[in-house]
Amino acid sequence: MSTLAQKKGFGAVLWDYLTTVDHKKIAILYLIAGGFFFLLGGLEAMFIRIQLAVPNNDFVSAGLYNEILTMHGTTMIFLAAMPLIFAFMNAVMPLQIGARDVAFPFLNSLGFWLFFFGGVFLNLSWFLGGAPDAGWTSYASLSIASEGHGIDFYALGLQISGAGTLIGGINFLVTIINMRAPGMTYMRMPMFTWATFVTSALILFAFPALTVGLFLLIFDRMFGSNFFDPAMGGNTIIWEHFFWIFGHPEVYILVLPAFGIFSEIFAIFSRKRLFGYSSMVFATVLIGFLGFMVWAHHMFTTGMGPIANAIFAVATMAIAVPTGIKIFNWLFTMWGGSITFTTPMLWAVAFIPSFVAGGVTGVMLASAAQDYQYHDSYFVVAHFHYVIVGGVVFALFAGAHLYWPKMFGTMLNEFLGKITFVLFFIGFHLTFFIQHFLGLWGMPRRIFTFLPGQGLETANMVSTVGAFFMAAAVIIMLINIVITSVKNEKVGNDPWGDGRTLEWAIPSPPPFYNFKQLPLVRGLDAYWLEKMEGKKGMSPAEPLGDIHMPNNSFIPFVISLGLFVAAFGAMYRAEHSWGIPVLIFGMLITLGSMFVRSVKDDHGYHIHKEDLEDNNDKGVKA
Amino acid sequence: MKRLAKWRLFSLFAMMALILSACSGKPYLSTLNPAGEVAQTQFDLMVLSTAIMVGVIAVVTVIFFIVVFKFRRKDDRIPKQVEGSHKLEIIWTVIPILLLLILAVPTVSATFKLADVSPMEKKNEEGKTDALVVNVRANLYWWEFEYPNQEIITGQELVVPTDEKVYFNLIASDVKHSFWIPAVGGKLDTNTDNVNKFWLKFDGEKAAEADNFFYGKCAELCGPSHALMDFKVKAVPRDQFDQWVTAMQDVKEPKKAETDLAQAGQEVFNNSCIGCHAVTPANTAPEAARLAPNLTNFGDRDRIAGILDHTEEDLKDWLRDPETFKPGNKMTGTYGELTEEQLDALTEYLMGLKVTEQ
Repeated sequence: MSTLAQKKGFGAVLWDYLTTVDHKKIAILYLIAGGFFFLLGGLEAMFIRIQLAVPNNDFVSAGLYNEILTMHGTTMIFLAAMPLIFAFMNAVMPLQIGARDVAFPFLNSLGFWLFFFGGVFLNLSWFLGGAPDAGWTSYASLSIASEGHGIDFYALGLQISGAGTLIGGINFLVTIINMRAPGMTYMRMPMFTWATFVTSALILFAFPALTVGLFLLIFDRMFGSNFFDPAMGGNTIIWEHFFWIFGHPEVYILVLPAFGIFSEIFAIFSRKRLFGYSSMVFATVLIGFLGFMVWAHHMFTTGMGPIANAIFAVATMAIAVPTGIKIFNWLFTMWGGSITFTTPMLWAVAFIPSFVAGGVTGVMLASAAQDYQYHDSYFVVAHFHYVIVGGVVFALFAGAHLYWPKMFGTMLNEFLGKITFVLFFIGFHLTFFIQHFLGLWGMPRRIFTFLPGQGLETANMVSTVGAFFMAAAVIIMLINIVITSVKNEKVGNDPWGDGRTLEWAIPSPPPFYNFKQLPLVRGLDAYWLEKMEGKKGMSPAEPLGDIHMPNNSFIPFVISLGLFVAAFGAMYRAEHSWGIPVLIFGMLITLGSMFVRSVKDDHGYHIHKEDLEDNNDKGVKA
Repeated sequence: MKRLAKWRLFSLFAMMALILSACSGKPYLSTLNPAGEVAQTQFDLMVLSTAIMVGVIAVVTVIFFIVVFKFRRKDDRIPKQVEGSHKLEIIWTVIPILLLLILAVPTVSATFKLADVSPMEKKNEEGKTDALVVNVRANLYWWEFEYPNQEIITGQELVVPTDEKVYFNLIASDVKHSFWIPAVGGKLDTNTDNVNKFWLKFDGEKAAEADNFFYGKCAELCGPSHALMDFKVKAVPRDQFDQWVTAMQDVKEPKKAETDLAQAGQEVFNNSCIGCHAVTPANTAPEAARLAPNLTNFGDRDRIAGILDHTEEDLKDWLRDPETFKPGNKMTGTYGELTEEQLDALTEYLMGLKVTEQ
């Protein structure tokens, strides 16, 4: 028996996860943390819908409502959707390209802990004098005027977690460029890997804009600068540009991986290769590119003038073309296939009409002149929930069911999964479809209440009822997870039976070194090709040899903790004398641990050939 | 056969008309009841884009249902692995481009049309414009409307003539807001940095349907009472508008209170309120000193603070504690506690501030 599979106590497991640099365990960390924040954001959403169920409601007060709506948006985008997507990227992408880990396992861990501490910092605002209240967009005039420390929590928290995201994105880029298995050319990469690749490039170019914007906001609020104060020569519109130069690509950062997950699902459960693979790749890259050209369509009513508005309107409409290509390619992937409706497939099939509905309202919003009516009304709220819930959240549910066996070695219950799907699907459309009309009837977004007699009562009530369906669906999903984990029935390499890509060629969950021998990739859908030729697994591309592995490290946790401490110092600097010392102390922790990391050689260790052969005898196949 | 198709088409239109009338919202608020040229242009674009999009959705739906029903797994066969089809892919690239062009051309043309404010730049000999111009200043939870040509200022209730273009200069004095009269036209932000300009046209017939009374909204999150930052628009025929302007201009001095009670109220007002609220329309104070809505014609208005009914009881409630009605407003705490007698007197005085005889 090797040392690799000993039973550990709780403390040891905890320490293992705090120090892990294994992409599969980091994926689980992202899943747990992202899932937690998703529940938090969902709770905030429920408060919003309860408050708006009837006119003149006083379930929450006006100021508190603004905090809830801000935290709902911020949490869902930055702390739930992105980390959950990162969870699947981490869990699946290295397996799909036949790699033993990501390029920089240490940075992978650092990225997670930065995100985690940033998210915790942001949410501590609830207990320390109030959450941010200027919306997730945090437009400058309001965010500068906002009293208390809410906006400071927003700016500092997002700065820390944003650094984590940026690190993660760079890591994935390098991994995909350098660590593909022999034979895995770019045009043989699975669609989800392609999506990860393009998304990471978007992160690389989009997040710096947010970082700069947030730094200016931090300087203005905490260090007395005047970037956003018109009276002192500043300009608030600059914030809008910074925010949306980041914020629009962010939409694609979320939705492209969702497209990737669905592409895998359509192919697997139709038993057909993806229709028009190369045009799918092309469309993904094109969407990523155009995503940077259209940010100002969020600002049609800011007063940029007709020339800018017209240019950005037409550019935005252009994005509909590659997105349309994708929709039809998915439909024709199923065409002529042999479709089985598993839970992941149900989500994928339901995604098509839901996302098309969000897409067509997107084209309507792109048309500048009519956008003056839609902008900042409930029509926009309906639109982006159709895109983000109908696209991204559907993909997260689908991905959770699809990859659960690969991540945990056991299948989620299909029956409960389908109940979750039905409830969520009904609730989603019930909640958001009617909101298109609320907007057209004249209801602005981000209002804490509405007055009777304006024709908005019934529709708001319908919307609230729908929200409860979605809440019920999420609760059933949680029950499903608990039941599944307790039962823990182990499954084999390819539990869905129709896996096409490399991750399904290795055990579930994979051994910590993933591939005992790197596989030889002979085409798109590498594992499927081998199966069709009657082989059981991949042919190895290398002889069995020692595997070099990185050591676990506690340093990423400490680096992130240092920034977390420093952020408190920066925030309270103006009113408490301990602010500056804490700021310096926190930075010392961070810089000190980076110094230790730099000077201490860590060469990792080797798994010896003999141990790998040993495992083979015990029936663990790689 | 042809007849059947016709009949079908007719019933389809009848159904759509029914749905539309049920779904078109309130005439004083809804964008689906366009009451002016701008809203009409935007509504036409909505209809055009919806028609195109319904076409797209129909195609997707047909393919979708064929796929989902026809290709369910029946046996364990392995389907043919199709790489793709250039012909199909070109079709679904080119057709969407054509559809988007159909939408893009009217979009661009409307965008320029709605932004054309050249008449408000043309000054006559007196340095005024022939076009009617209103300067809108958005403040934390109230609106100021200044008519620079007429040299009058009012607040909370915009008065405009119907069937002619009205030009707006928009700015905010504290944080960003957004000026929106849904039934009459799309919104434009009131920035803190710069003046934004656009025009609206209020349709006379539609205004009559809505009792000459439209709702205006703030559409940009601006603080706790963002939801309550409503204003009202009185759209009246040109002659009535002129009468109103003249009546406003006639108020040169603060109006004298008529009854004893009102006189007592005026005293309270002069002690506690006049620092922020003006009661003459030709307000020469600089913008920064105009801290609260001008109350010259308060008695004529239809709402208190933009949201409450215009009754004495509501006015007293508001004066007792504005915070309960508009959290975070700038009026709370700027004047001392008022006794019930003072409230009665003040209410009597304020309700008497009318410029039109009725």
